[in-house]
Amino acid sequence: MNIHEYQAKEIFKRYGIPTNPGALAKTPEEAHPITARLAQAGSSIFAVKAQIHAGARGKGGGIKLVKSPEEARDTTKVLIGKTLVTPQTGPEGKPVDCVLIEATSPLLKEYYASIVLDRSEAKPCLIASEAGGIEIEEVAAREPEKILKTHFSPFKGMTSEEAHEVARKLTKDPGQAQTFAQVFQAMAKLFIELDASLVEINPLALMASGEIIAIDAKINFDDNGLYRHPEIAALYDPRQEDPREVEAKKIDLSYVGLEGNIGCIVNGAGLAMATMDIIKYAGGEPANFLDVGGGASKEKVAAAFKIILTDPKVKAILVNIFGGIMRCDVVAEGILAAVHELGSSKDAISRIPIVVRLEGTNVKEGRAILEKSSLNLISASSFEEAAEKVVEAASK
Amino acid sequence: MSILVDKNTQVLVQGITGAHGSFHAKQMIEYGTQIVGGVTPGKGGEKVEGVPVFNQMKEAVEKTGATASVIYVPARFAVDAIREAGEAGIKLIVCITEGIPALEMARLKEWLLQKKIVLIGPNCPGIITPGECKIGIMPGYIHQRGSIGVISRSGTLTYEAVWQLTQRGLGQSTCIGIGGDAIVGTSFVDALKHFEKDPETKAVVLIGEIGGTAEEEAAEFIERHVSKPVVAFIAGRMAPPGKRMGHAGAIISGGSGKAHDKIHRLKKAGVTVAPSPALIGETMQNVFAKAYELGKTSSSKMYPTRP
Repeated sequence: MNIHEYQAKEIFKRYGIPTNPGALAKTPEEAHPITARLAQAGSSIFAVKAQIHAGARGKGGGIKLVKSPEEARDTTKVLIGKTLVTPQTGPEGKPVDCVLIEATSPLLKEYYASIVLDRSEAKPCLIASEAGGIEIEEVAAREPEKILKTHFSPFKGMTSEEAHEVARKLTKDPGQAQTFAQVFQAMAKLFIELDASLVEINPLALMASGEIIAIDAKINFDDNGLYRHPEIAALYDPRQEDPREVEAKKIDLSYVGLEGNIGCIVNGAGLAMATMDIIKYAGGEPANFLDVGGGASKEKVAAAFKIILTDPKVKAILVNIFGGIMRCDVVAEGILAAVHELGSSKDAISRIPIVVRLEGTNVKEGRAILEKSSLNLISASSFEEAAEKVVEAASK
Repeated sequence: MSILVDKNTQVLVQGITGAHGSFHAKQMIEYGTQIVGGVTPGKGGEKVEGVPVFNQMKEAVEKTGATASVIYVPARFAVDAIREAGEAGIKLIVCITEGIPALEMARLKEWLLQKKIVLIGPNCPGIITPGECKIGIMPGYIHQRGSIGVISRSGTLTYEAVWQLTQRGLGQSTCIGIGGDAIVGTSFVDALKHFEKDPETKAVVLIGEIGGTAEEEAAEFIERHVSKPVVAFIAGRMAPPGKRMGHAGAIISGGSGKAHDKIHRLKKAGVTVAPSPALIGETMQNVFAKAYELGKTSSSKMYPTRP
């Protein structure tokens, strides 16, 4: 799960990671007094930062520097309500509902720091670099020697020695090294205590004042750990997600929207990915990834259908089920229930061809149910045949 | 021969009185697996599908002599269930449960290594040696005994691959679903080591997917240590970066974990990569025929399906 920069910075503050003074504005009217207060405290330049769940906001015009409360208010007015498109949002962009207004000051150097879980080592890993402010992937590709990696214990977190060792490689100044080490240890503590999957500060800046400040903040959380952190789960912002994904999540379906015109309903994540691949292989484009799960009910299959059918791009649907725990007759009943329920209200459904490939547990019963119905169903006996048929149907 | 499990494996079901536990206990017993008991705290003394239920793993192991267990308990209790099984002396633990936090798995991993416990999963379909022992949730009938080892990060895609093999008369020695999470107990490399040593296994199918570097590590190992032919398929070539494809482990992030890179690395290691998920069986059939051409004409031993 993603959270906003302002939420990540509130968590940073709790863990003692220094950030610039600032506050959240949800309206242009709020922006004015916030900026005025920051000005009173001695700042003269302020950053107005659009809060969306995506990076590269600067490139998309989502971060503006202003010099007065009036300018902050006007900029906030432009940003809030806007759909921001950045290199990381996709063409549809993300809605800006609020802005973070921060005091800024000159900085001398930009560093990078993040913590992720290294799967092969089964340990969390601090990644630090003196080359901050740009995409870390670019640094990794061009100057891999500038990337420092340190694993640490998933029990104890990062020791002072481990943190200092990295810090000393970043700077020769003992005072700065001390602060870097404190930031790294705090990041590690946060990562472990809150079941994070990513904590990233880019840039982590050395200011002209000598301070070390987290200019940006990004935290992702492990969905599987959220049950232990209800206060984090409460930060979920459905407005930043694809509405179809939000709808699917409510009923515990795993859905990811794509750009093509072939809707997919599959059981199991691996098979769902393979189904997207085979559609592409057959010359088509999938409209989505949708995993109904291992033991989906008739109602869940019907709900999955409804989500697919509300996507106007969808020209044909492929149902690919390999029944294990899941029984093919349950899937067949789910298809009938969905079409029956939606059929009366939406005429379009009857025109969308549905290719069905069932295999596995109770396959005979499932096929019999579908054959008896009067639906526009095209049956396929193999994975490949199903893909070819649905691509053909979508191109008509 | 086979790997890790066979007809003599005695299995306890942790969470046997739950809906999933009791359903699959029945399925496993019907398949012929030696289910010798189950554990649910507070339900000791009951019976499920004719096998005794115990309150604790320690007691269950002492009374039954089981060496393997399978876990169907909810995510928040699963790590404790794994530890309890390990402390009771179980050496092979299959964890079906989905949704264990990744950091919990990281913390568990060290302990597993120290105790020399094999954990399969979590979030996996389990392990099956066709005709002898099924521990998990896979449909038994799609399997056939033979000489192909199958390792996979997926569940239903494994069934698809196995079904393609069976339909072509290519039976399986053992099939392992290692699970779709970021950190799993048994890796591709661990499973490959077992298959390389197993005389019954003549070739291996490896089903990978986007995310992480498990396939690259497998390729590295195959290059150096695997003499048997390997056929692979990598799911998720269509997946957009930054989106998690159902499995916690299936996310392309930071420029790595892409299907393209994995396929490239596997090919470099001499692995034949099936271009489409519909061609896994066919690809293995071709690779197998080519690798054992001589064997086929001189002896029937090399024939992939054992009667």
